[in-house]
Amino acid sequence: MENQNQLFETPENSGQPSVRIIAVGNAGDALLGALGTPEFAGAEFAAINTDAAALVASSAKVKIHLENKLFRGLGSGGDPERGKALAEEQFSMLKSACEGASVVFILAGLGGGAGSGISPVLAKAAHEAGALVLAFVTLPFECEGNRREAQAQTALEQLKSAADGVICLPSQKIFKLIDENSTLVETFRVTGGFLIEGVRGVWSLLTRPGLIQVHFSDLCALIRDRHAENAFAFVEASGPGRAREVVEKILNHPLLDEGRALAESDAVLVSLTAGKDLTMSEINRVMEQVKRQCVHAQIVMGAAADAGLQDKLCVTIIAARQNAAVTSVTPRAESHSVTATTTHSHREPALPRQRKRGAVAKAVQGQLPLTIVSKGRFDKSEPTLHRGEDLDIPTFIRRGVAMN
Amino acid sequence: MFDDSNIIAGLEIGTSKICVVVGEQNADGALNIIGLGQSRSRGVRKGEIINPEQVEEDLRGAIFEAEQMADVEIRSVYLGVSGGHIRGFNNRGVHPVVSADREISQDDVDDVVKNAKAINLPAENTVIHAVRQHFFVDGQDGVTQPVGMLGARLEVDMHVIHGHANRLQNIVRLVRATSLEVDDVVFNGIATALALLTNEQKELGALVIDIGGGTTEFVVYSDGVIRHSGVLAVGGDHISNDLAYGLKVPLTRAEKLKLEYGTALPTATAKGQTISITNDLGLELKRLNHEHLQKIMSLRLEELFQLIAQDLEQAGLTDYLRAGVFICGGSSRVPGIVQLAENVFQMNVAPGHASAVSGLTTALDQPEFATAIGLVKFGSLKNRRRAGRASIMGGIKGGIKGVFNKMLPRS
Repeated sequence: MENQNQLFETPENSGQPSVRIIAVGNAGDALLGALGTPEFAGAEFAAINTDAAALVASSAKVKIHLENKLFRGLGSGGDPERGKALAEEQFSMLKSACEGASVVFILAGLGGGAGSGISPVLAKAAHEAGALVLAFVTLPFECEGNRREAQAQTALEQLKSAADGVICLPSQKIFKLIDENSTLVETFRVTGGFLIEGVRGVWSLLTRPGLIQVHFSDLCALIRDRHAENAFAFVEASGPGRAREVVEKILNHPLLDEGRALAESDAVLVSLTAGKDLTMSEINRVMEQVKRQCVHAQIVMGAAADAGLQDKLCVTIIAARQNAAVTSVTPRAESHSVTATTTHSHREPALPRQRKRGAVAKAVQGQLPLTIVSKGRFDKSEPTLHRGEDLDIPTFIRRGVAMN
Repeated sequence: MFDDSNIIAGLEIGTSKICVVVGEQNADGALNIIGLGQSRSRGVRKGEIINPEQVEEDLRGAIFEAEQMADVEIRSVYLGVSGGHIRGFNNRGVHPVVSADREISQDDVDDVVKNAKAINLPAENTVIHAVRQHFFVDGQDGVTQPVGMLGARLEVDMHVIHGHANRLQNIVRLVRATSLEVDDVVFNGIATALALLTNEQKELGALVIDIGGGTTEFVVYSDGVIRHSGVLAVGGDHISNDLAYGLKVPLTRAEKLKLEYGTALPTATAKGQTISITNDLGLELKRLNHEHLQKIMSLRLEELFQLIAQDLEQAGLTDYLRAGVFICGGSSRVPGIVQLAENVFQMNVAPGHASAVSGLTTALDQPEFATAIGLVKFGSLKNRRRAGRASIMGGIKGGIKGVFNKMLPRS
């Protein structure tokens, strides 16, 4: 590998924050591919993967292949521990890859080996390199199985404690939005699209010259050390009634839980972008509604003009909620956890950097899943199958709850 | 058969116990519980028979006990059935009214009910209950008695509960082998709901969950009619099995631990506590983590409720349960289960009491007997109808009909 300090040229000090977008794993790569538009001209792209073949196909400028001879270039095989071990091994390289950037975006799909294993380590590395870390991640679909779900949840927890902000998109939520007949490719495009919108929103926030500037430091202040769960939405509308339309879209946005996420948040960033014809009354109309929704939140607002948008009005909202006791984001658990979140809102003190991030993962001796879980007294009876799950197997085993 | 007799017996062959309840119906039709008998059940898994001989032996014991207590001879029983093979679903039948004056006659009603029952079941399945919900006359909703009305098109919604014919037949044959007659076969869930719910609660909408040893039945009533029913072959046995597996103790020990230390929600006091197991001589054999025990149980019960909640959500019934959720069955004795269920369902949950009958209070208070009491009640309602008296049970609207009777003579 080439000299690592020269992975990126040192950013010119133009006052603009230098943004590095790093994709992790195959899903991250795919997202990165969709970002390759001229809009992101100022950003530096990198891809990290354990799978050599996928990395070759990646469009990123800098490619970091995490390798271990033992894996023969086959990737992490869906095991986050492997991905993690590899990343820990190459920690210094990851760190140097983040050196010089003021913001690092991590794009990943959690649930698999690379995304779940590497992302938390990368976030830590970037943080140590002095960058603000924002992770954009997707959670697997429910049908991908409990194991992936559990892996994704664990990784999300780790990522939340390592990164400054995590914007997380449970794919299952999207599932409800798409038409039943849409193809797999379309589905992935839509899920990816939501995440990309988020990246785009934050990106334009940071780079577009603003009428009411959201400074980089505002963003930092909003998300730094909150280790927060963020919800975001990007909506746009055009035409004469665009302000009203935008507000409606925000209030019905599925990723904001039809506006409920706003009510629960304690910091909200709103960025409006429109053509030169953006009026104060439009800003007022949008902000009025947002303010009404989030009573408790600190609101940071920005507005920018972009001639290219013509008569479109785009609004990006990031709502951050400080780490509540309930961290589960799975759509299934969510319906039950609503009350829990409100009652349990014990706040974690926003400790700076030195919080313990767990011991360094070691490469674990793998085990083939040959041990058959005994069903005890139900061994010989007809299995109780419910949506493909054998209910005779103890719940705590199926859910992967550790007992030790 | 003794149709005119005023003694009614309900028999439930459960996974953990066999239970017989004897009721006496007086001339007004009021029901009084006069005896009960129970014995441990050893030949049943998940609500289905795996060892007929053992079941027969246990059954004789339970019947004998009930006969002694009530001082009557039991000659026929209403038999409760359960098992993972039983399913419930709603079906609609349509019938055009052809008479010249467009008046709906009893024949039209019979025809539409017949149409609604003509459903595509797997060949090996048979209908246990087909319960009338509502009639529609030319699309007008909520008609309960269409005879005499004018209309061109008569429709009816039915709730059909069906199960595997051979498995149902097995249990009937077994009971007959002990020289008992089977008056009717009733789904346990319906029997339990009959025992627990008042008419008002059925109108408001209620969910009844009966967590037994090997199966969990659930039934939803709303607007006075049964809307949804189902069985999950998961019960108290599963909790014991989970504990035996997770804590690495024998099943009998796990059973005892469940009764002694079990809770449905993890408690703060158990954190870091251990339970020591001693042998007969008082020597310590093993230490167990109390927290793990609670966690294993809690996860299992929570999952059970979540599965039911998901099922109701799919059926779109969650918003109709204004009277709330009622839990009974042996596992409803687990401390904290009401709280757990409230967390999952996000509505009122109450332990069920067989409130709708009078008699032996010891029997009525115990959640394990609800099903057998319900079976007796089912019998009393049937008798009352047969005697031609006006039905005061608005709840079942005279709709429950033992289609299963038809297949009894075959055995």
